Amino acid sequence: MRALETTELTKEYRLGFWPKRRKLALDRLTLAVDQGEVFGLLGPNGAGKTTLLKLLLGLIFPTTGAARILGRPLGDVRVHARIGYLPENPSFYDHLTASEFLNYAGWLCGLDAAARRRRGRDLLEQVGLAESAAVALRRFSKGMVQRLGIAQALVNDPDVVFLDEPMSGLDPLGRREVRDLILDLRRQGKTVFFSTHILPDAETLCDRVAILNHGRLLGLGTVQEILGGSLESIELILHDPVPGVLQALAAFTTASVRTGDRVRLELAPDADVETVLAAALHAGARIISLNPVKASLEDYFLARIKDAVATAAGKGAGGGEAGRA
Amino acid sequence: MNRIAAIAVHTFKESVREKVLYNLVVFAILMIAAGLILGGVSVGINDIALVNLGLSAISVFGLVIAVFIGISLVWKEIERRTVYNILSKPVARAEFVLGKFLGLVLTLVVNTAIMTAGFYLVLWYEKGTLGAPDLAPLEAAYFILLQLTLIVAVALLFSTISSPVLSAVFTLSLYVIGNLLDDLRSLGAQSGRAALRGLLRALSLVLPDFGAFGDIAPAAHGQLIPGHRILTHSLYAALYATVLVSSTILIFERRELR
Repeated sequence: MRALETTELTKEYRLGFWPKRRKLALDRLTLAVDQGEVFGLLGPNGAGKTTLLKLLLGLIFPTTGAARILGRPLGDVRVHARIGYLPENPSFYDHLTASEFLNYAGWLCGLDAAARRRRGRDLLEQVGLAESAAVALRRFSKGMVQRLGIAQALVNDPDVVFLDEPMSGLDPLGRREVRDLILDLRRQGKTVFFSTHILPDAETLCDRVAILNHGRLLGLGTVQEILGGSLESIELILHDPVPGVLQALAAFTTASVRTGDRVRLELAPDADVETVLAAALHAGARIISLNPVKASLEDYFLARIKDAVATAAGKGAGGGEAGRA
Repeated sequence: MNRIAAIAVHTFKESVREKVLYNLVVFAILMIAAGLILGGVSVGINDIALVNLGLSAISVFGLVIAVFIGISLVWKEIERRTVYNILSKPVARAEFVLGKFLGLVLTLVVNTAIMTAGFYLVLWYEKGTLGAPDLAPLEAAYFILLQLTLIVAVALLFSTISSPVLSAVFTLSLYVIGNLLDDLRSLGAQSGRAALRGLLRALSLVLPDFGAFGDIAPAAHGQLIPGHRILTHSLYAALYATVLVSSTILIFERRELR
């Protein structure tokens, strides 16, 4: 049984009062996530990430298409006992304290009073809010609210966790802690499905990613599959080379940058590394490192978004030509 | 059931923490002042005035809470997006609506019970003793509570389909009209036009009859409410509130929570 499956899932909003405009927020999205996977949903603002998560949680309803979570169709709230959800920019009740809120969340999940107390204490410890357990939520900073949001998503020890921008509002330490938490959830065999803008996080954490733009799926697979494993270039770093060294390597070099006493040379991806190294050593170079440079997810992401924009512009222009013809 | 209880208790706690029950302080001051002022008035008249004042205050304070908390019950959860935290748990939308409704009714029960107890304390202080006719204000307070339950159900329904300001206008308008249904019926009976007579009669049957729960004046004169009337009015309020809350659930189940 898959953790999550969507089939041609489509969401169209009708905006405005009169006349109503149609906005396609999600366009025939089909994807499947296996249990135990950490799955990243990437895309710019307005790509449809939050729409997808709200559809899966039953907060909004699909226009067409279907989805199943742990084998159950959308709208079956029984499956919510096995899932957790962190909304984007979460908001809680000002009049409650952190431990009272987790107690409430646990009560809604059917935990008994003793289990709620125990779980609340453990989770506050886990997200670094143990010392703020009795503080009213109106006094919480954005980062603290985000941590509490993660805690409430885990209150029922869910099998599948949906996190909408979990790193949002967190400082570097907080981001690191959330990364560790996601890795910990994976170790426990949980499925984590999260949306993010922070591509290096997705690259580090995700088994697979999906890239969305304007509601459409632009790419789906492991990071390696998406990037194709190809080299962008080779990086050679030298310590304070004399001019003769740089001249000897000029034929192999596509770019060079000096930073302090170091020079970074960029070589073509198909450069004969042994020949380059031999030439460098022969010229008296002191080599610090030689590294393959692979395309990053960010490069891929930006390229696909640009392609999509160019395609859309092309279609628009084509349509205009056709119209004129 | 457990989840409905959780939401109801949370709603009650929210009312208490947001100082809704502070109205009890104002009520207490009003009752003490009334006791002191009416103490100098002749026996009999002062008791009638005290019952009138006490029950009217219970009704007005309850009305303000029922309308102004009721109209924001669901709206506030959606506006502040706290509803996402609730509905992502194994909570059906119907349970959410029912929990919110019962939570506010619980607030009103506690509020009315404390005010009624305070009122009886002042009455006992004034009269020196309480007899069987003094049960009449208790029955009237129960009718006020039934009326407030209906008002909460109306406010809740409007709060799922419109903004708080409009909900307040609609709820208060319906409250006023619901207190004038007898006049509506007489107007219909006197009308020469059959269509108008039919329309007014239909309206008087469909709209909530808030006026049927106004028993303050008879209670001030120590007139007890007959048992069968207590039963039929309780059933009427329960049935009407069920229809209103069910309608709210039907609307809320189709509502998109963007």
